[in-house]
Amino acid sequence: MANKPIVATASLAGCFGCHMSLLDIDERILDLIQLVEFDKSPITDIKNFERKCDIGIIEGGCCNSENVENLKLFRKNCNILVSLGECAIMGGLPAMRNGIPIQECLEEAYLNGVTVDVGDEPIIPNDEELPMILDRVYPCHEVVKIDYHIPGCAPNADLIWDFLTTLVTGKDLELKYETLKYD
Amino acid sequence: MSNEIQLTIDGKSIVAKLGQTIVEAARDNNVYIPTLCDFKNLTPAGTCRVCSVKVDGRVVVACGTRVASGMVVENESAEMTDTRKAIIEMLFVEGNHMCPTCEKSGNCELQAIAYHYRITAPRFPFLFPKKSLESVHPLLMLEHNRCIQCRRCVRGIRTKDGKGVFAFKNRSNNIELIMDKSRADDIDDELAAAAANICPVGAIIKKGVGFSTPIGERTFDKQQIGESYGK
Repeated sequence: MANKPIVATASLAGCFGCHMSLLDIDERILDLIQLVEFDKSPITDIKNFERKCDIGIIEGGCCNSENVENLKLFRKNCNILVSLGECAIMGGLPAMRNGIPIQECLEEAYLNGVTVDVGDEPIIPNDEELPMILDRVYPCHEVVKIDYHIPGCAPNADLIWDFLTTLVTGKDLELKYETLKYD
Repeated sequence: MSNEIQLTIDGKSIVAKLGQTIVEAARDNNVYIPTLCDFKNLTPAGTCRVCSVKVDGRVVVACGTRVASGMVVENESAEMTDTRKAIIEMLFVEGNHMCPTCEKSGNCELQAIAYHYRITAPRFPFLFPKKSLESVHPLLMLEHNRCIQCRRCVRGIRTKDGKGVFAFKNRSNNIELIMDKSRADDIDDELAAAAANICPVGAIIKKGVGFSTPIGERTFDKQQIGESYGK
């Protein structure tokens, strides 16, 4: 099939659990690659967008400047953008730091935390190569326009399968009670 | 004079007893109206607004409105469904509801109603309010991040001598659940469990329980909220 929909995926401030759940569709992945073609994704290890993609799947929210850049790049290069999982939808576990001042977070993580090695001289990492951490974690749809949200931590593999197959075949998705979960 | 009256809910004619609320009448007639702050044997409080219905063109809470003869109630119309979804979504964004880390997940009524309406993401921006987790008793924690101010605990939890245990302090967005610590000695294991149980979300947590029921066996893993109605 010459013009299969092209899918790109990214993991922002996530744990890769949603990508794992995508792989949990098991042998149906063979059917999936008959239906779609994967482009830029941690699964294919393609690093850059060389062409316009049809579907972009985003795992994780935005916790630093690189996440925001990457998300905007996906919005620019994908016709349909999908938030996959709780972190992309509402910030998820990383968003538990929202409400704690960023300075306090960094000091706890790098200076005062119980696991900081007191033998070294602890510093808050400040290399200019490092992306700037944001004041709080932002859900993807508060940064760019998101077309669909697939909840779950991680989303049920059957839900991802149902969603992708109905999307590429142009059918209406019926959200099944058994597969729609927030945890 | 008969104390039975007739009204319609979504065009279906039902018979109710005079003095009943719309929620009670619907329940007796096997019609599901989602509720959250409503709890068995408690006087309705109308705090959550989830049971909002349209009566004769006006939106009212079904738990706090008595039935009347010839009343026309709109329950599952497109407009009322959207209104209810908006209320549920507001409850989500106004707190910090981290379902993946919550002990109540799977047994949570707020989550169950959101599943019922197949909500995938709220239309409102998340507020991420600054709330705390408080240990108030050797057996109980208050997780303020999750409290939806339904007042079920305030209304329903009493010590053996009939005294209240929970209350709210402050108003508007500063409102916060408090426990009367002078009653601490009156809270035994049974009352602590009742307090955790009466909370529709995970705001009152009984210590030492944690994630005791495996995923797949929790209340709303097995059944959808309101599923038993209409059968």
